[in-house]
Amino acid sequence: MSDSKKSFLIINRKAPYGSSAARDALDVALTISVFEQPLSLLFLDDGVLQLLPEHNAAAIGQKNLSANLAMLEMYDIDQLYVCSRALEQRGIRPSDIKLNITLLDQNGIATLIKQQDQVLSF
Amino acid sequence: MTLHLINKTPSESSALSDSLSAVSEGDALLLIENGVYAALPGYAALFTRLPGSVQCYLLENDAQARGLKDLNQEFRQIDYDGFVELSCRYSKVVSWF
Amino acid sequence: MIFSIVITGAPYSSQASASALQFSKSVLKLGHRIHRVFFYADGVHSGSALATPPQDERNIPAEWAELAREHELDLVVCIAAAVRRGVLDENEARRYEKNGHNLSPDFNLSGLGQLVEAGILSDRVVTFGA
Repeated sequence: MSDSKKSFLIINRKAPYGSSAARDALDVALTISVFEQPLSLLFLDDGVLQLLPEHNAAAIGQKNLSANLAMLEMYDIDQLYVCSRALEQRGIRPSDIKLNITLLDQNGIATLIKQQDQVLSF
Repeated sequence: MTLHLINKTPSESSALSDSLSAVSEGDALLLIENGVYAALPGYAALFTRLPGSVQCYLLENDAQARGLKDLNQEFRQIDYDGFVELSCRYSKVVSWF
Repeated sequence: MIFSIVITGAPYSSQASASALQFSKSVLKLGHRIHRVFFYADGVHSGSALATPPQDERNIPAEWAELAREHELDLVVCIAAAVRRGVLDENEARRYEKNGHNLSPDFNLSGLGQLVEAGILSDRVVTFGA
């Protein structure tokens, strides 16, 4: 019989709005939290771009992702891990991000992945 | 231990480089679909820093489809049954695309 | 082992669905169980009953349907992803007053809860991305 709780990790690697990946990932994250399973979100590569503040998606007829990201804290999803190298490569300072995040280096990322039961990639 | 599944060429996306940054000792890599191109000898340098404990595989069906021969010997060629067996052997599968 | 499979690419546009199909056939052949196949994002197009490839090409949606019937598989298409992409079952077509519906009868429309449940109950979840 399987365990009743599995730890989930969602890996985000895509920028928002250019594809549905960011929104698809967030919808899954919110659903996982409804099921009360331990959940972590990892932002790698272009995924860190989702975390830039002050989106105005109405300008292209889409819904704002940043509003949903802020909702994560309301849903008790507070394990937001961000690749520090991805931020550096894009010239983004951790202080630019208004969410509660934990920076990880390569080793930290490998360890995070190792610790999870299920990993979903977007 | 994790099986990392990569389905893109090294140029198509950062899938391969992201996965290589995320591997731990004892993990494995499996190249499928367009990912098999990374087993061309020209890309061998990409894999030299992998820990020796990381096993590398590629899906032979995808390599055959693409007419690939004389590939990097570090990659063991397996079929779909082998893919399933790897999925069982490693405790989870992480997809990189 | 109990497997669940997630597909996020449309058939023909990417190999995701075809690879997942071959993988699934091996899973079953080797005596493992498939708890669910979940079609998300562009993956929903594998559930279209209207897909009509040329005679000399694979019909991936039809192959999924056949595999489902043969092995009583639970093929779930994410309802939100499907409806916005124009893949509807009879209920949704009626709800939104559309002229037709196209979900193949061997698939079900359901929510992301089915994906999460699959993750909880399966030993292995394998994602075939676009």
